[in-house]
Amino acid sequence: MSTDNEQLFAYLLRLGDNAVILGQQLGDWVGKGPELEEEMAMANFALDYVGQARMFYSLAAEVEGKGHNEDELAFLRDGMDFHNFLLVEQPNGDFATTIARQFYFETFYQLQLDALAASSEPRLAEIAIKASKEIHYHVRHTRLWLVRLGDGTEESHRRMQSAIDDLWRYTGEMFVADETDLWAAESGTGPNPAELHTDWSELVMTTLTEATLSQPEGEWMASGGKQGIHSEHLGFLLADMQFLQRAYPGATW
Amino acid sequence: MSKQDWPLFEIFIRAKSGLSHRHVGSLHASDADMAMDNARDLYTRRGEGVSIWAVESSAIVASDPAESSALFEPAEDKIYRHPTFYDVPEGVENL
Repeated sequence: MSTDNEQLFAYLLRLGDNAVILGQQLGDWVGKGPELEEEMAMANFALDYVGQARMFYSLAAEVEGKGHNEDELAFLRDGMDFHNFLLVEQPNGDFATTIARQFYFETFYQLQLDALAASSEPRLAEIAIKASKEIHYHVRHTRLWLVRLGDGTEESHRRMQSAIDDLWRYTGEMFVADETDLWAAESGTGPNPAELHTDWSELVMTTLTEATLSQPEGEWMASGGKQGIHSEHLGFLLADMQFLQRAYPGATW
Repeated sequence: MSKQDWPLFEIFIRAKSGLSHRHVGSLHASDADMAMDNARDLYTRRGEGVSIWAVESSAIVASDPAESSALFEPAEDKIYRHPTFYDVPEGVENL
């Protein structure tokens, strides 16, 4: 049985890990965006996520109380110590894949943040309120693209549907409550993710219908990210992201 | 869809309440909704505004540079149209 502080630390790490991984992924679009304007949007979103990760990690480091800082949590932990969803570490792929990943995750994240705004942990509530504004805009933007691509040309529809189908299997994990999630729900720190599922499904279904896309039906869901068991993609991503701090420990500029 | 197919939009930003919208630049977007998002991401990332107008560039009626002499030069020698021929009494504020 872990103490409250240990549980809170684990909980904050998950939030920070999701954010930092997505920040890194979206940053990778810079220089390769389909349109200049959209590339700027991706870069903005990346920075929003990195900013959120910093807040979650700073608080996590404070809660942990072992003298670590946000940079050490982001750059000096190995893959198995990351507890992000499998969904967020899936590669950018084509633009439709990125949109599908963002759509699945951010619609969940938005609900999560809205619930966290009422957290019994005031420092976490404060971060959630700030992040929620950013994510509401992300969702608006991502939905716009999902509908545009789904209800666009034959080619864009095909790619959007295939991305939505491919990533579906990674959505289940977000709603399966484990020990840490249950602790959060019982202590009033955060929502029980299972309870967010109905709202999420409704949001997803409405948007997919609007985008003339069909809802994926596969029932098998991949899981493990939250427990540190990752897909092969995370290692490469971390190698890229952590290179500088690994090669030049403590480097600043 | 290539960028050539996307219409150009002119973007106007209101810096704060009470001020008027000012032209800040232009951008490409496939429609009005995307123009609004793009304007937000391109022109308000440093807290530049509280309101955005996006206008499709083709909707703007512009004066023809070839006609500028006919349109504007006649006003140049009518200095009496400027309020420069009044003596302002000392101590008058808010004139």
